[in-house]
Amino acid sequence: MKTHEQFADDLALYALNEMSGTELREIKQHLDTCAACRRELQSLRNDLGLLGLSAVGPRPPVRSKERLMRAIAAEPRGSSSALSPVGAPRRTFWLAWVPAAIALAAIIFAIGLKQTNRSLNDQLAELRNRYNDQKIQLTQAQEHMRLLLAPDAVHVSLTPPKAGKQPNATAIVSPSQNRMTLMASNLPPVPPGKAYELWVIPPQGAPVAAGVFKPDEHGNAMMLDHRMPAGVQAKTFALTVEDEAGSDKPTSPIVIVGSMGEGQ
Amino acid sequence: MGTTGTPEMHRADAADEMRLIARIRAGEQQAMSELYDRYSGVVYGVVLRVLQDAAAAEDVLQDIFLQLWRKPDAFDSSRGSLAAWLAVIARHRAIDRLRQRRPETDLEEVVIASGTDLRDETERTLVIEKVRAVLAEMNDDQRKALELAYFQGLTHTEIADKTGEPLGTIKTRIRSGLQLLRAKLA
Repeated sequence: MKTHEQFADDLALYALNEMSGTELREIKQHLDTCAACRRELQSLRNDLGLLGLSAVGPRPPVRSKERLMRAIAAEPRGSSSALSPVGAPRRTFWLAWVPAAIALAAIIFAIGLKQTNRSLNDQLAELRNRYNDQKIQLTQAQEHMRLLLAPDAVHVSLTPPKAGKQPNATAIVSPSQNRMTLMASNLPPVPPGKAYELWVIPPQGAPVAAGVFKPDEHGNAMMLDHRMPAGVQAKTFALTVEDEAGSDKPTSPIVIVGSMGEGQ
Repeated sequence: MGTTGTPEMHRADAADEMRLIARIRAGEQQAMSELYDRYSGVVYGVVLRVLQDAAAAEDVLQDIFLQLWRKPDAFDSSRGSLAAWLAVIARHRAIDRLRQRRPETDLEEVVIASGTDLRDETERTLVIEKVRAVLAEMNDDQRKALELAYFQGLTHTEIADKTGEPLGTIKTRIRSGLQLLRAKLA
């Protein structure tokens, strides 16, 4: 089966009526479902119309118009011939108008029906186009969902190149063992006499100090197999900059923070 | 803008063209006469260029306008230009005649995008000059490929055989030629 791009490549051939057989059937099927190709086909036809205008110049002989008008007169339709009888004698007797009035009413009714029919046909065509467009949008949405739900889908965060590396840390916690490991990186250097202090924050209540550390010259730090503060239900972890001796409560803004259950 | 002794001229706009089609739809023969006066030159020019035979061109011209009389709804007057639409129909019908085959395209099937406004004769003349200028600007191979496909009705394969060029090259020339035309007239 051809791809959309291959069909798009062949639209000019189709617009020039050059396709036949299987190719013609396939491109017609594609056009039924591809709004973009339908629009491009319409534009190509406009281009072809413009190209045709380059041949404008010679005028048809006068007899051509006479022949056409004779042919048209030979097959009147609609209401014109009934409403404008060329050269027909005028009847003055009022009764003569009754059948004419009935005929006129019938014609007006027929025109009304025809216009309604045309309007319905237009609406049907419009609905069909909308249906095809929505079918395409649905297919595209399904394709997006298939990607998002793919088992091997990998999430990659992209940041501006000038934004620099952001501090981050991962804590691995075992409540049953009451122990944890913290791996931090990209931490800004701390001023002399200062260190990072880890805080364990319970669902309710004040943060509890869980140890201090200083990162290396690359901003990396680890607290391996670290004992958690006793009797504290850990929910959230945070780092602040405190005196290197440690503080009983946070005294500076949180540098990084994360709660259990986030980012999993 | 009218002059003594001649009908008052007016610029044909979209509403004017829609009214004309509506009058034809209502079966008004005078409207058909006006439409013929306005666009028979476009149809005849294209058909004659394809067929190179005045008598055959008259037949096709007759057939196209008669079809429009029978099916005025075939043209969607709310969309593209009637002149461009008629030019496309004229080209297709002339090629059908050239190849001695039954008409392959229904009028209703040909839907064109609304593009350049060709309703007013003065503006149409300017557009025609532009189209010719773009064709003159194209390189010989590109113009030849377009003319063989459009006015002689040769398939891409036939053009490739005739010119000795690969099929892909012919396709590209025709496509890029039409793109150039669209870009220059945008």
